[in-house]
Amino acid sequence: MMPATLSLALPLALPLALLMTLPLAAINWHTLLFLLFAVVACACAVAVVLADNVVRMAFYLVLSLGATAGLFFLAGAEFLGAMQLMIYVGGTLVLLVFGVMLTAQSPFVAIKTSTGDRVLAGMVGAALLAVLLQSAFRVEAWQLPAVGAVTAPTATPLGMALLGVRVDAPAAGAPETAVRSGYLLPFEIVSVHLLVVLVGAAYLARAKRRRTPRAIDVAASSSSPPSSSSSGGVAATAREASSSSALVPGGRR
Amino acid sequence: MADFLINTVGLPEWLAWTTTAVVAAVLILNVIAGGALVFIWAERKIAARIQDRLGPTRTGGRFGWLQSLADGIKLLAKEDLMPEGADGMLFRLAPYISFCASFCAFIALPFAFDFVGQRLNVGVFFVVAVLGLEVFGVILAGYASASKWSLFGAMREAAQVVSYEVPLGMCVVVPVMLAGSMDLVTIAEKQAGWVSSWYLFHDPFTFVIFWVYVTCAVASVNRAPFDLAEAESELVAGFHTEYSGLRWSFFFMAEYGSMFLVSALAALLFLGGWNGPIPVAHLLGLSDGTGDTAGYFVRLLGCGNLIVKASLGVLIMMWIRWSLPRLRIDQVMATCLKYCTPIAAAMFAGAMFWQLALPGGLVRGLSRPAGEVREGWLEGPGGLSVRPTKAVSTPAVPVALVDDPRSQTEAKSIVQVSP
Repeated sequence: MMPATLSLALPLALPLALLMTLPLAAINWHTLLFLLFAVVACACAVAVVLADNVVRMAFYLVLSLGATAGLFFLAGAEFLGAMQLMIYVGGTLVLLVFGVMLTAQSPFVAIKTSTGDRVLAGMVGAALLAVLLQSAFRVEAWQLPAVGAVTAPTATPLGMALLGVRVDAPAAGAPETAVRSGYLLPFEIVSVHLLVVLVGAAYLARAKRRRTPRAIDVAASSSSPPSSSSSGGVAATAREASSSSALVPGGRR
Repeated sequence: MADFLINTVGLPEWLAWTTTAVVAAVLILNVIAGGALVFIWAERKIAARIQDRLGPTRTGGRFGWLQSLADGIKLLAKEDLMPEGADGMLFRLAPYISFCASFCAFIALPFAFDFVGQRLNVGVFFVVAVLGLEVFGVILAGYASASKWSLFGAMREAAQVVSYEVPLGMCVVVPVMLAGSMDLVTIAEKQAGWVSSWYLFHDPFTFVIFWVYVTCAVASVNRAPFDLAEAESELVAGFHTEYSGLRWSFFFMAEYGSMFLVSALAALLFLGGWNGPIPVAHLLGLSDGTGDTAGYFVRLLGCGNLIVKASLGVLIMMWIRWSLPRLRIDQVMATCLKYCTPIAAAMFAGAMFWQLALPGGLVRGLSRPAGEVREGWLEGPGGLSVRPTKAVSTPAVPVALVDDPRSQTEAKSIVQVSP
């Protein structure tokens, strides 16, 4: 994408010979594109902080995250770049704009930052920058992929690693047939977390029924006779759990 | 192409790469813009025929085939209006954001084996991700217009697109699972051969999930019966109420570009891509090895094949649009959450078990042992066994996942271990 738009601006109408004489060949295109994306990302990130309007902030944030995705693509990390587009740029910001729409008439549309907030944010930002710069300068040699190089690795090792099999990096000193454990456990933990969040969101967003706590207790105890079978016990516990959790918002009201 | 320019023509490397990039970009731009011209004309003719009218008849002689161009000139000459109280910057930028999202998705879309702007090994994922960004331009347009109609349209659009991303993603995953790759080129290559090797006819589950995909695709590009964002009987014109002239036409180009895109994606994922129903080129004995004229002819044929399939998809969308009434917002949500998502999930599970029991499809799966098919995933460049002609031309050493020769044996052993 970026080489295309960039090169559209080039004077292609000029004779070829004239083009050859230009010092364009001396430019490291990879660095140039990197700088282009980096400048867009940084400038938009600053604009997010400085803008007053919430929707404009969201817009700048999309541009900043999109430029970051561009950096990933430039580095050959296509899966990561597409992930960035999908999750950050796509999902988060659509939801953010959604939230903004719901508060479109409220005083939060234009946000005025106080001086204290600015100082605080500046301090936090500076601390983060210091940490990042320190770790960036600790890397001894940055590698540059060649322009137009075909990236050899695919997303297959990633998928297999998530399934618990690492085929990409054999452990040092291990026998060659040994299989390193992948990311199956973290993956499962994260997915269970997400499931919990999903259930919680569905619970919070559902239509509230007005029932007295007394009635629920009676219903729960009468509908679940004490049973020794495991399935009945599980069902009763689930029902009790749901009814007791339903008490919380109702009780506050 | 860049290699050709460097080696044969003798251009310096940077110029060759930029020339290649310009050619690709201009070609994609022409596909979107030219396609929009043709499809708008086709839509008017189809709408007219369905409603028992004639449609445009005079412009350009017969059939009114120049009507879109005349409309385009009219749009160019229109005044560019902006409502008072609008957020000027966002209002001006929104159409271009929609258009850019549509354009970017085309970059990773292959038209034939080598005819692809940038071959990504996560092509499907990229296209779906970028397609979801188009909604952002619509939301910005709705917000920045400072109009209630626009805001309503944009909010409906946001709700709809976010919901339909879920079943759409599930539908897309099934061909990815069957092919063992997210590379669109590889997925289409895996369906080479007769019509029976298309993933549409791979097993009953893929057949069902294709129709779920069609539903979700129509919804995700905002076409009737899912065009709540611009419901003209309720919201004037929805999110583009306040737009006129060229900016309005950018929204239209983005819409028609996305229609073509999801149709081409359907063709690539389910309908064999550039492989025709009858492998004509293969029967004639033409190989598509790179470089020679015959191969170029084969790829040109495949490109035409894909474009015909995608255009058919767009025509079907028009047919649907002029046949079905618009759904209400609750019906749209019910279609997504109560029908599309569960069906897609069930079909995904079904296709998964089918792949475990009978990999390689109904016909071939019965005759090929399962282990052979699965081992094929790990061979060849890009982690997959590509076509046989390629295997002959490349050295006989299969390239495993990593260049490291140690891991090759390891990868093999894993495949044999896995059930």
